[in-house]
This record gives sequence, C-alpha cells and structure tokens, in this order.
Amino acid sequence: MTFLNFLISGISLGSIYAIIALGYTMVYGIAKMLNFAHGDVIMVGAYICFYAVSRFDLPPLAGVILAMLVCTVLGMVVERLAYKPLRQAPSLAVLITAIGVSYFLQNMALLLWSSNPKVFPGFFVSASGDTGVELFGGELKISYVTLFTILICIVIMLALTWFTGRTKMGKAMRACSEDKGAAQLMGINVDATISMTFAIGSGLAAIAGVLLCSAYPTLVPTTGSMPGIKAFTAAVFGGIGSIPGAFLGGLLLGIIEIFAKAYISTQLSDAVVFAVLIIVLLVKPAGLLGKQIREKV
Amino acid sequence: MKSLKLNKTTRRNYLTYLLVILAYVILQVLGSAGAISSSLKGMLVPICAYIVMAISLNLTVGVLGELSLGHAGFMSMGAFTGVTAAIALQDAIPAAPLRMAIALLVGAAFAALAGFLIGIPVLRLNGDYLAIVTLAFGEIIKSIFNNLYVGVDSKGLHMSLLSDTTNLAEGGKLIIAGPMGIGGIQKISTFTAGFILVMVALIVIFNLVNSRAGRAIMAIRDNRIAAESVGVNITKYKMMAFVTSAALAGAAGALFAMNYSTIVANKFDFNTSILVLVFVVLGGLGNMLGSIVAAAALTILPEALRQFSDYRMLVYAIVLILVMLATNNPTLKSFFGRFKPGKSHGKEAA
Repeated sequence: MTFLNFLISGISLGSIYAIIALGYTMVYGIAKMLNFAHGDVIMVGAYICFYAVSRFDLPPLAGVILAMLVCTVLGMVVERLAYKPLRQAPSLAVLITAIGVSYFLQNMALLLWSSNPKVFPGFFVSASGDTGVELFGGELKISYVTLFTILICIVIMLALTWFTGRTKMGKAMRACSEDKGAAQLMGINVDATISMTFAIGSGLAAIAGVLLCSAYPTLVPTTGSMPGIKAFTAAVFGGIGSIPGAFLGGLLLGIIEIFAKAYISTQLSDAVVFAVLIIVLLVKPAGLLGKQIREKV
Repeated sequence: MKSLKLNKTTRRNYLTYLLVILAYVILQVLGSAGAISSSLKGMLVPICAYIVMAISLNLTVGVLGELSLGHAGFMSMGAFTGVTAAIALQDAIPAAPLRMAIALLVGAAFAALAGFLIGIPVLRLNGDYLAIVTLAFGEIIKSIFNNLYVGVDSKGLHMSLLSDTTNLAEGGKLIIAGPMGIGGIQKISTFTAGFILVMVALIVIFNLVNSRAGRAIMAIRDNRIAAESVGVNITKYKMMAFVTSAALAGAAGALFAMNYSTIVANKFDFNTSILVLVFVVLGGLGNMLGSIVAAAALTILPEALRQFSDYRMLVYAIVLILVMLATNNPTLKSFFGRFKPGKSHGKEAA
C-alpha cells in the first residue's frame, strides 16, 4: 500500500512537472528557444494567487483566474520586449536574454514581495474540513490537492491536444513550428502565433504555480527555479518540442523522483533523477517521443 | 631571423597576454601603494578564478561550439578534490605555494577525469540534448558533494556517502563534511597564483586553438559532417576540447575554494554555470580577451552597484538584457561582427 501511496504522489508531482514542461516544449517547438524565465513565471503566478486570496479575500477560483491573466499578459509582454527583437539573433543570445529576464523577475519579486517565505493557503479542503479521502480503512490517503493536480493535468492535456489538432490557431502553431517561412507564405501571422504560444505557456505556468504551492506551501522568489529546471529536464526527457512527450516526461520524472526519495535516499533523489535522464538520452538521443531528424548532406 | 610581421591571430593572442600582464602589474603596484579598496582586493582571486572559468568554457562553447550548462560541476570537482589534497598534505608539505600548485594539479586532474566520463554520453548528443546532459551532470556533482564525507587519518583517506561512517582513527580529521562542505581551509590562494593560472590557461588554450587539433575542433564546430568526411576524428577532438576545458575549470575551482575558509557544494550550482556562460556570451564566442574583460567587469559590477543596494541585481538583469538586445541589433551587430570569430556558428545554431 505504501508503494501505491508513493506512486500516486509521484504522479501528482509529475503532473505539475508536465504542466510546466508543456510551456517549455511549446515555446521551444515554435520559437526554437529555451525559455529559462518560464520557471519564474510560475513563481509570479503563485504570488498573484497568494495575494489575491489571502490579502484581498477573493475566492480561490478568482485568484487562480487572476494569476492566469497576469501571467498570460506577462508572458506576452516579455516576448514582445525581450525575445521578439532577437528573432533573427543566434540562439545563445536569446538564451542569455531569457536568463536576464529570469533574474529580472526574481529580483522584481524580491523587491515587491520580500524574501520572507509566504505560507500558501490550502485551497483544497472540503466543506467538512478534511484535506483528503481515505481508502482501504485509512491505509491509503489521497489528498484533494493530489487528486485535483492529476485531474487538471489530464484536462489540460486533452484541451491542448484538441487545440493543436482541431483549431485554426493550433494548426497555425504546428505549421510555424515545422517551417516558419512556409507558414508565413500560407498567410499565417507568425508573430501573432508565437505571441499566442507564449500566452498559453505562461497561463499554464500560473496554474502550475498554484498547484505547486498548494502541494509544497512555501513561497519565496526562487520557488520557481528548481521546478523550472526539472520541468525543462522533463521536456527534454520526453523529446523537446513534442506535447505528448512533455506529458510523459513530466509524469515519469515525478514518479522517479518520488521513488528515489522513498527507496534510495532523500538527499540523492536529484542525482538519481538526472542520472536516469543521462542514461535515457544515451539510449534514445532525441528523448522518449522525440523525432529523430535525419541529417541531410 | 623571425619575421616581425605576425599574422592577425598571433597578434591578438600576444595582445591578450600583454594586457593580462599589464593588468596584473598595475594592480600589484596599486595594491602595494594602498590605492585599491579592500573590497576590490578581496575580489582579485575570485576574478582570476572566474576568468579561467570563462576562457575554459569559451573553449567548449565558442571553439567547439557545444552549449554546456554544467561548467560549475567541473569547478566543484576541482574545488573539493584540490582542497582535500591541500588539507591532507598540510603536514607533509609546509611550503604554501608548492601545496597550492599540487592542489591545482589534483583539482585539474580530477575534473579532467570527470570531463572524460561525462564526455562519453556527451559525444553521442547534439545541441540542446547535450546542454541538458551537462546540466544534469552539474546537478549530480552538486548532490554527491552535498552528501559526501571524506576524512583523513594515519591510514590514509576514508570516504562515505550519505552519513558519516568514515570511522577515523585517533588524530584523524574529517575534511568534507557532507552539506557542511569543507571548513577550516587555509587561505593560500594569492593574486599571483591566480595570475599565473590565467596565463597558463591562456597559453594552453591559444596553443590548442592554433594547432592542428584546434583547427580540427573548429572544423567540427563549423560543419561536423564536412569535417568527418575529410577524415577528422570527431570523437577524439571533441573529447580533447571537452577534457581540456574541464581540467582548466577544475584548477579554477581549486583556486577559488582556497580563497575562502569554508566551501559548500551549493556554491557551485546551476546559477554559477549560467553566470560563467553569461561572461562567455557577452565577451564574444571564441574571443578569449572578451571573456576575460566580461568576467572581470561582471564580477565587479554587482559590487560597484552596491550603492543601489536592493536594486543592484535588478539593474544587473536589465543591463544584461539591454546589452544582448544592443549587440544583436542588426546595425550594431555588423559593427561588432568583425570582433567575433564565433558568429558564423551562432547563425548555424539559430
């Protein structure tokens, strides 16, 4: 039963990674850049939600929606000001700019909200006050946070699959990620599509931030950086640029991390996660679901 | 008789040597005259260490053309092994400069070994996948040194992972104490040692880049398939660049660590790797002099911005973004372009 417990918390953590990784992978797929500031958008989302709920007494759902709105706008503004002028620049220059944006967001948060840790309120409490359901006579306890996280991740996954597969904007996104030039010739507004991708990725980051802080309730300006790195790893693990890959990579990474914590060692869990990543990339150099692009000479 | 008409690369290399020596002499003279503030004086050794980090990373990123996000891992490797060697040999070798040199060599050797080991998976990968493996490597090294216990007693070195089970004999002492890192380090790093290390690193890199091997490495950067088709051994030369870069970073780590009395593994995290990468990119890919200037300037900048206290890191971030925007603006870029030998690669990777 402990195994099942670990598996469920692994899936829950993995779902959070998957939601963040989706943001990474979509932006990478379309703009071919590693958006290192993505982890800090998570942090901003969590702070907005925290202040909306605990200071302005908004209902949690309104807080989440407000966080999503702010992050979406933030993502679009950052893209417009920092990344768009560098569309033709070498990828390393864009990478360093993304790092600059990441520093900027962290230090802005430090100034606005100070470095004192905030304790994130628990949203996921039923009317009678319990925080989870107990199964098998109390042997298996699943908190509502865990259930909601997994549920939301599945909903997001289905919605994104529908969006990229069926809608006009989604199709434009896929076209842009295959060939920007050709997409433009077909009458697709490439700039608007990229902007839209950033908006969706950042909106998802806000949700991930709220879920992350509901599960691990300490909120500081650097909250987003480690989950950001892990999610980036997850995106590469699954094959960067692939949406199902990000989902799979995130889930697996979360499960491996929790199992490593439970059965190997708490302190070395990060080392185990990254070692597994290296081994997987040795066997599958383009990630689990990544496309192996054949080089043409 | 040697011709005085040197080619452009050689001239630039000599200029780099000259400027480094000049900077050293000026700082020494100013230092002895008491014209340098104590905060700057305390930063001289870290600046030297960061310069060596930057030029060694430039070998990987600028000359070999592979993005590495785990350079701090090699620094960490060098720092911990080098300091361990220095502490273990404290009684055997009383002369500080000699012990320092041995510590640097030990740090470089272990980092080179780590570079070789990580080089094996790295050689199979390209681009962002390679970058993530180096990132993973840096995190693994950090986790391991955070949980490693090393002690020395009359029977030699003892090691254990996770908990302190070194069971040292009477009179033994614990050197690396897990998350507490190494404490009680004798601060034997000096500015002169740092200067010598920078010069050695420059000599190694310039001679490597200017040799047959260096041309092979640059050929791999410019077009891997073309290089392979004319018989360049990709594996060998990639590994050569990678291991050299790692060894220099290891020596830099040992230098850096012996400037402080305590050192912990968390000091060498992802942010440190990124910091060094920022030096390299701002200084110009493949441009060693640029890396040196960027490393020195950006190490001093946060200190110089101290009067803005709370705002300094914010200003740093804004400066970073603005510099990247300015140097990559098409008109300004063509102006700066002739100082950047590595730019052709950048375009290809974009």
